[in-house]
Amino acid sequence: MWRGERHVLRGLDLALHNGEALQVCGANGSGKTSLLRTLCGLVHPEEGRVLWNGADVRRDLLGFHASLAYIGHDSPLKGDLSARENLRYWAGIRRRFSGEELDSALAQVGSVEWRDRTVRTLSAGQRRRVALAGLRLLGAPLWILDEPTSNLDVDGQQMVATMIREHLQQGGLVVAAVHHELVLGTAHVRRLDLA
Amino acid sequence: MNTSVLKLHATTCCAPQASALRAAQLVLQRDLTLAYRRRGQIIQPLVFFVLITTLFPFAVSPELARLREIAPAALWIGALLASLLALEFLFRDDAQDGTLEQYVLSGQSLTWLLFAKTVTHWLLTGLPLTLVTPLAAFSLGVAYPAMPAIGAAVAIGTAALSLLGAISAGLTLGVRRGGVLLTLLTLPLSLPILIFGARAAELAIKGASVAAPLYLLGAFAVLGVTLAPLAAAAAVRISLE
Repeated sequence: MWRGERHVLRGLDLALHNGEALQVCGANGSGKTSLLRTLCGLVHPEEGRVLWNGADVRRDLLGFHASLAYIGHDSPLKGDLSARENLRYWAGIRRRFSGEELDSALAQVGSVEWRDRTVRTLSAGQRRRVALAGLRLLGAPLWILDEPTSNLDVDGQQMVATMIREHLQQGGLVVAAVHHELVLGTAHVRRLDLA
Repeated sequence: MNTSVLKLHATTCCAPQASALRAAQLVLQRDLTLAYRRRGQIIQPLVFFVLITTLFPFAVSPELARLREIAPAALWIGALLASLLALEFLFRDDAQDGTLEQYVLSGQSLTWLLFAKTVTHWLLTGLPLTLVTPLAAFSLGVAYPAMPAIGAAVAIGTAALSLLGAISAGLTLGVRRGGVLLTLLTLPLSLPILIFGARAAELAIKGASVAAPLYLLGAFAVLGVTLAPLAAAAAVRISLE
């Protein structure tokens, strides 16, 4: 894949099965975000393929998208809506859930206190927590996360590790681009270093 | 070997999807809630329209017969420019905060979600313009019997403008300060709407039948409903790459 004058993601060949996580590491500009966006099908490589359960994702992009949850650098939240409203509209487009389920997802990431505050008034770390609650609500088997611990305190970073661990135990897959490797304490974590 | 192959396998399945109708309803609700909280953004094109149309009597002449002659042009140029002013906000905020990316990845049809967004945009800009049009027309000396036909033409015309504008708004997403480019792209496409809309207003003022220009405006709106969301979705996908 070309990014301007640079040829990134050349000759990558990797497979990931349920219960496995892949941590993508590399310096700034090494192509971590490009890899994640390619995996999501947001960017199409000039050459190469992404296969989901053996089939090229481009054959059924909608079906593939229904199976993944992606959180990019920035949390996809609206400043003028509360945390609850944001999740209701963002995750609600994907699947139906009850108000209790929504509150429970917010409680699991420690966001109950500020659930009715407009996101504009929250700190970057608090916003990240709200986005992570959305990740739980989406109910997708494949999580693609770009710097999931950015802006989070130590507690928050441990919470992300726990969330990923639980997701893997339930048979999910996780691909995460990270600057600092997450300690997941499981044998099913692989690391990919991008030059 | 330069070709990359990335294989992902899962035996677990995703949670049941929300229906397309439910998804569209949430897009509509969300945009209406946001608009209510950012009222200034909605009022801006409306104030612009009212200012343009009410300034004409000062610039041309307070003579009602003269004003009635220029009323179709004044009303439609005002409506067109006000619609263009509002178009800039159609996708811009959603692109900046990652909402559009989430729409693409939602597993729902992007075409359908963007159609819902465009309908909301019309509800927030075209509909208020339609409601204010009789007031503006009155200030230009237009008689009461002509108002319903002029209002209908503005309603249909602004719907077609919102749909056409969605394509341009999608195409200019990736462009910095794309407002001018957006206007340049949309203006030539919207000329037929301006021509037929102004013609409808002119015929209505004269008391003649407005069926022909209204049908033509309707045809543009139907063409917009069928093609514009598809084109806008393609444009948004390209802009997000």
